[in-house]
Amino acid sequence: MAIDNDTVKKVALLAQLKVDDDKLDETRDAFNKILNWVAQLDEVDTQGVEPLVSVHEQTLICREDVVTDGNKKDEILANAPLKEFGYFAVPKVVE
Amino acid sequence: MAEYVIETPKGKWEMVCGLEIHCQIISKSKIFSGASTEFGDDANVNVSFVDAGMPGMLPVLNKECVRQAVKTGMGLNAKINKYSVFSRKNYFYPDTPQNYQITQFEYPLVGEGEVFIDLKDGSTRRIGIERIHIEQDAAKSIHDLNPKKSYIDLNRAGVGLMEIVTKPDFRSPEEVGEFLKKLRSIVRYLGTCDGNMDEGSMRCDASVSVRPAGSSELRARAEVKNVNSVKFAMQAVEFEAKRQVELYEAGETMQQQTRHFDQTTGGTKFLRLKEFSDDYRYFPEPDLPPLVLDDEFIEQVRSEMVELPDAKKARFVKDMGLTAYDAAVLCENKETADFFEKAAKGRDAKKVANWIMGDFFAMLNAKRLPLEKSPVTPEMLGQLVDLITSNVINGKTAKDVFAIMAETGENPEKIVEEKGWKQVTDTGAIESLIDKILAANPDNVAAYKAGKVNLMGWFVGQVMKESKGTANPAMVNQILKQKLG
Amino acid sequence: MNELTDLTIAEALAGLKNKKFSATELTKAYLNKMEEGRRFNAYVLETPEIALKAAEKADKNYASGTARLLEGIPLGIKDLFCTKGIRTTACSHIIDNFIPPYESTVTQRLFDAGASCLGKLSMDEFAMGGSNENSCFGPVINPWSKDKNLVPGGSSGGSAAAVCAGMCAGATGTDTGGSIRQPAAFCGITGMKPTYGRCSRYGIMAFASSLDQAGPMGKDVRDCALLLNVMAGYDEKDSTSVRKEVPDFTKVLGQNVQGLKIGIPAEYRPDGLSKEISEAWDKAAAILKAHGAEIVNISLPHTKYALPVYYIIAPAEASSNLARYDGVRYGNRVEGASISDLYVNTRSAGFGKEVKRRIMVGTYVLSAGYYDAYYVKAQKVRRLIQNDFKEAFKLCDVILTPTSPVTAFQIGDKSMAENPINMYLNDIFTVSVNLAGLPAMSLPIGLSSDGLPLGMQLIGRAFDEETVFKAGYVLEQDAGFKRK
Repeated sequence: MAIDNDTVKKVALLAQLKVDDDKLDETRDAFNKILNWVAQLDEVDTQGVEPLVSVHEQTLICREDVVTDGNKKDEILANAPLKEFGYFAVPKVVE
Repeated sequence: MAEYVIETPKGKWEMVCGLEIHCQIISKSKIFSGASTEFGDDANVNVSFVDAGMPGMLPVLNKECVRQAVKTGMGLNAKINKYSVFSRKNYFYPDTPQNYQITQFEYPLVGEGEVFIDLKDGSTRRIGIERIHIEQDAAKSIHDLNPKKSYIDLNRAGVGLMEIVTKPDFRSPEEVGEFLKKLRSIVRYLGTCDGNMDEGSMRCDASVSVRPAGSSELRARAEVKNVNSVKFAMQAVEFEAKRQVELYEAGETMQQQTRHFDQTTGGTKFLRLKEFSDDYRYFPEPDLPPLVLDDEFIEQVRSEMVELPDAKKARFVKDMGLTAYDAAVLCENKETADFFEKAAKGRDAKKVANWIMGDFFAMLNAKRLPLEKSPVTPEMLGQLVDLITSNVINGKTAKDVFAIMAETGENPEKIVEEKGWKQVTDTGAIESLIDKILAANPDNVAAYKAGKVNLMGWFVGQVMKESKGTANPAMVNQILKQKLG
Repeated sequence: MNELTDLTIAEALAGLKNKKFSATELTKAYLNKMEEGRRFNAYVLETPEIALKAAEKADKNYASGTARLLEGIPLGIKDLFCTKGIRTTACSHIIDNFIPPYESTVTQRLFDAGASCLGKLSMDEFAMGGSNENSCFGPVINPWSKDKNLVPGGSSGGSAAAVCAGMCAGATGTDTGGSIRQPAAFCGITGMKPTYGRCSRYGIMAFASSLDQAGPMGKDVRDCALLLNVMAGYDEKDSTSVRKEVPDFTKVLGQNVQGLKIGIPAEYRPDGLSKEISEAWDKAAAILKAHGAEIVNISLPHTKYALPVYYIIAPAEASSNLARYDGVRYGNRVEGASISDLYVNTRSAGFGKEVKRRIMVGTYVLSAGYYDAYYVKAQKVRRLIQNDFKEAFKLCDVILTPTSPVTAFQIGDKSMAENPINMYLNDIFTVSVNLAGLPAMSLPIGLSSDGLPLGMQLIGRAFDEETVFKAGYVLEQDAGFKRK
């Protein structure tokens, strides 16, 4: 499955990254090299094999429903590049 | 059952609709963090580092959210899956601090179930539930503080949600409306969601498509967002179905798309096509091992189940002799049903039901009071009915007593006593009243005897007036008839 | 012994306890060494005031007899661990101004045990890389370099270089596909990747959540055991950390390996494996055998697929984990007219080339239509790889392999710069361990003909770090490797 420049652009959009036009070919080629290389997995017979979701047989341990956190607005906002009136500020979002 | 058909000069169409309902889970803390779920607080206060998607922060599942969703599943007669897996739904949006939502995808917590709804024509419809999964709610953006910027408040980010997905079983707006009412009633009974659509704690997206009536094809559907009341949901699906019919009849095609319901126009607006950016790249959440429930937990939740509206309704009809309609009204919410049961205990349930659905509801409405703030308690209402049943007061007096109870919150017996409204049931006393009236009106007595029998009402009125309303009207009637021969 | 900085942690603790020197003296010795070693570029942030303040407290505790397990031991912290109030960057421009308002569980445990923070150590950006050349603070120089500058390995290159050059008593590392073991091998130090779930990941910037694991990097096996004793343990803030007792790992050091079965996997001796490495491997096996261990030939048949599996799963998880770096809540931001422009501008400017490459690959393999072919397939083969180990551990107690097919290479190596896969191939002996979630240690066994360290890897059963430590200690005693 070789990838074309169009796919590179679409994937970049999904990942919210920009690939400059003059870097498209290079990116596509590196991409294809990696995909061709990982394609060797096709040789492995995985019929009937369950995908491994977590390495240990451990199941989820839940917490009790107790309020133990929050009330640290200053720390939450401390690293924000742009905050106004106690909110994180971004360019207008129009849905 | 009356079929809902969209009929045009060119043909007949039916709608195919499924709903996705997001219900905010009632819990003290968020689904993956220890921050409070309270809202109304100052922005970005009920937020932990986990909710803010800070680097290196990890989710830890709140057991209560699992319990609430399992309980809801049981309320919808659904299969509880002992094994479920959390997944990440990846998309960039400022309301989603991690830029992915932790949800469930391939292995939801709750599987197939069903809900029965009653329609106006008296028929009952079964709506299939596809699944319920649990996930984190998004943050809220504030768009109206600055013309060029949006502001993000993370207080809601990470509140637990149950997403209830139905089968595409809806064929009419009425079914959509009845289902939402029923679902709201069930989650409220269970205490798993407050069901307030206008406040956004229950939100609905509707998938709508149409097809020629009677066919079984499935055409492209539109997902309509932002329908936040029962009425709007009904409007939205009706509008959207008709819009699609017009489109097809004009020879056009419909592409799978997302639309927005506009409350002011009652119509739907195009938002976007289903496209590449809707590629959510789900994969199992590596920060959370699979959730495995043991039998003990499931049985524990089952033991906490309350009687649900359908069962309660059936019991009210069967054991208490109510009509299906009355039972349905009283069972719509649990508080009313509980009020009714308390008031009706050991009494004529039908009478109590009439009082609740009549003067009592009217009083709450007029005073704009919720049930729990009612000045009239179930015990007091029961006593009032007792006073009528035992002929201590008549029905008319009871209305006056009730009005005073509503104002003062006083006990009906006390009111009757103080006002001297005890009904006169002493035959002698009534006879002497009647004699007095007859003696004072010989002309009318003569007229009556000459055949003007409709004067009977006038005589009764005079006697009642003379007794200041305390005479038993039935006895007055009976004795008058005897005396006038 | 010449300097305080030559002491192992065990030796330093003894010296502090016996008042041969103070924690302040020890800390100052390391701070001097850091200054001398700045040319290695191992530290991206030095925190002398914090270290000296901790030393002062340590001296008080020694004086009052309330010294804790690692009281007064100055450590370097990989810059992937969030340290409260201390800038933490993952060596990425996208977040190079981030001051965490919280502390990672692992560093918290170390500091609570009396260890101190000398500073933050360089690494490949977001732990993606095997040479430390992908750090936004520039490459780190391997202290073993002679005429030409060599890489320290990666991603925990700063940690390995700092331990090697005596610029810290020990360091934290993280290992997703070999990021503790390979730099340990390149720099001639000892590094331990514990079983997945042994150490909490809370507060460590995530690369690939199902593979990442923190571990110690030290001057010798005992130091790693001492550090891991403190670092390990269940953490209710990390749902993947495992609720299991943590044994005292130093207890097994010096125990004999009589009858221990040492597995030698055939697949780890590919055609073209350098003779030197092959011989070093034989030497290691011979040492263990001489101590009464039994050498068993085993097979891990899916070994060759480990790298492709890794390069699907790790980028997939990374593409999602790194989505949060968007310029809204923290980190650097490059403005844009729309929110999407802001995201794209911020992320394009902030991430380095290799990180972007992996985000793209990860995004692609998860996308509609490819998910099953890549991601699910990789998860299935991952299970086969784990099964290989389960089978092998029916025949042996611990597996011995080289850590890396190569020794430290030159900074700016052309073949690797041209083709990322050439770089990826360096992890061929280490990635399977992460995929299977097993514990593994790298320790130096000797020098190559170029005078560069050669590392050996010991792989244990899940949660059996003890056997790894025990065998590693025996190897270390007889290998006669001289630390830099």
